[in-house]
Amino acid sequence: MSTIIQKLREYLDKAEAEQIRQLDQLVAATGLPVYKDPKTGALLWVDVRELRLRFQLSVNRIAKFVEGLSQERLYYTVCKRCGAKYFPPQADCPRCKSSDVEWREVSREGELITWTVINVKPASFAHNKDYVVGIVKMPEGFNITAWVDADPATLRPGAKMRLVVGRRPGENYITYWFRPAP
Amino acid sequence: MRRVAIVGVGVSKFGYRPDVSLPELAWEAVKEALDDARLDSKDIEAYVVGNVGGWSSEPLPAVVVGEYCGLTPGSGIRVEAACASGSSAVRTAYHMVASGEADVVMAMGVEKMNESPTPTVVEFIGRAGNYFWEFENFGLTFPGYYALHATAYMNKYGATEADLCEIAVKNHYYGSLNPKAQFQKPITLEECLKSRYVAWPLKLYDSSPITDGSAAVILASEEVAKKITDTPVWIKAIGAANGTSNLSKRDDFTGLEAARLAAQRAYKRAGIDPNEPVKYLDVAEVHDCFTIAEIMAYEDLGFAKRGEGYKLAREKQTYIGGVIPVNLSGGLKAKGHPIGATGVAMIAELTRQLRQEVERGRQAPIKKGMALAHNVGGTGHYAFVTILSL
Repeated sequence: MSTIIQKLREYLDKAEAEQIRQLDQLVAATGLPVYKDPKTGALLWVDVRELRLRFQLSVNRIAKFVEGLSQERLYYTVCKRCGAKYFPPQADCPRCKSSDVEWREVSREGELITWTVINVKPASFAHNKDYVVGIVKMPEGFNITAWVDADPATLRPGAKMRLVVGRRPGENYITYWFRPAP
Repeated sequence: MRRVAIVGVGVSKFGYRPDVSLPELAWEAVKEALDDARLDSKDIEAYVVGNVGGWSSEPLPAVVVGEYCGLTPGSGIRVEAACASGSSAVRTAYHMVASGEADVVMAMGVEKMNESPTPTVVEFIGRAGNYFWEFENFGLTFPGYYALHATAYMNKYGATEADLCEIAVKNHYYGSLNPKAQFQKPITLEECLKSRYVAWPLKLYDSSPITDGSAAVILASEEVAKKITDTPVWIKAIGAANGTSNLSKRDDFTGLEAARLAAQRAYKRAGIDPNEPVKYLDVAEVHDCFTIAEIMAYEDLGFAKRGEGYKLAREKQTYIGGVIPVNLSGGLKAKGHPIGATGVAMIAELTRQLRQEVERGRQAPIKKGMALAHNVGGTGHYAFVTILSL
């Protein structure tokens, strides 16, 4: 069962394959990666060196959040000293400077505040159909940003939304999203 | 703190600029600013470069530009405040002169966004929020962040897509009169309304373009300014504030809290009544990266009451002759938005407006001698409001 990671690499490679082939041919023929911009006639040097970025982000201090995801649960934190609630969960409370937090599961229903449909997508999301991103107000008092699995024409401010945690269809890693509450 | 004057300004041609490298592009604005101030590179004691980069090849733009423009060994740094990097460069240069550390400092901004293909640029700007909690799983884009505000604003106040397009029509009109603007043609409301969605409800014509460009301003102490120019323009006040990186941490999506705070702080320092700022100002440049952003700016700056900014657009009150003319340069929308250069270009434009030397048809009548620049970084992640005066 492949996930998005390998599929995305293949997708991006495929999108650039023709350009890379042409660049290689150009260098083989002329000895230089230089061409004339068809729009303006300006001379352009196409970078011979490619930089691929993939970051490693520490989730060590929010390990409980990761453990929750693996059980298809979403956790937030509450400061044991002052009661401040955090989503995204954070291990430190800047309000009272305590790092003693309690992990609690987020409620499953909230109200839609606002939303958009991403029509022009970033390169690493270009394999998706247009997707809806919303911000939902939760009863705990914080908001959650996530995809909304719904026809955008049916959405209204204040609409009741159900939180879902699970493997995202098509990408196959565990994350969270909303769908209209039944 | 000493008074600080703007004594020279320069702006490159904005647009798709494969004809120049990053330092060559910077030089266009630097040379124009030096000529304007009748100074040489060696007269610049320190320089500050607004540049966000990522999409362009140089990781240390300040030293590359400094070398090319003959500014070394004067001290130079790069500053970053997203789309407000230019204003943060001006503010840092202002502090250097105001504090007495230096007498002549250049603030510049330069960006070559077209060194990368568009999907990569879309990816970079989309990552400019809170990376892990907004982009990694949800693929938000920059138009997407502003679209979240547009949806909330339109639902709450009843503004329409046509109201938003009024901003685009105005800014393209003034852009067509600015030879340095990326877009040189006026557009109609229908063309705007028919353009495709990039992040519903925002369309292509609601959005500023991907732009290469540079801008430079030279700041000087009062003593030096009076020796080299008869037309100093003074930096009267700068107000700055930040908003949360993660949009979900905010209570309200119909305005930008950081911009409201920056305006209040600037108005207080400049002695402007926050209830009637338009009475003090001849002209403003505001951050219209998307049409909704200009409408929210009217309200955040106090040009209109909360929920009534779209009416200024609908009634065409921000053209010359209206309540206050806004974005006579064409704004980010039509002049273009080379991220790190935008804030510096606003200051250069307003300096020329106050000196009454911009092109016919887009010169504001100068009666009160004050102008305002509103420059937002990200989606209200950073905000700077700068007040200039004769």
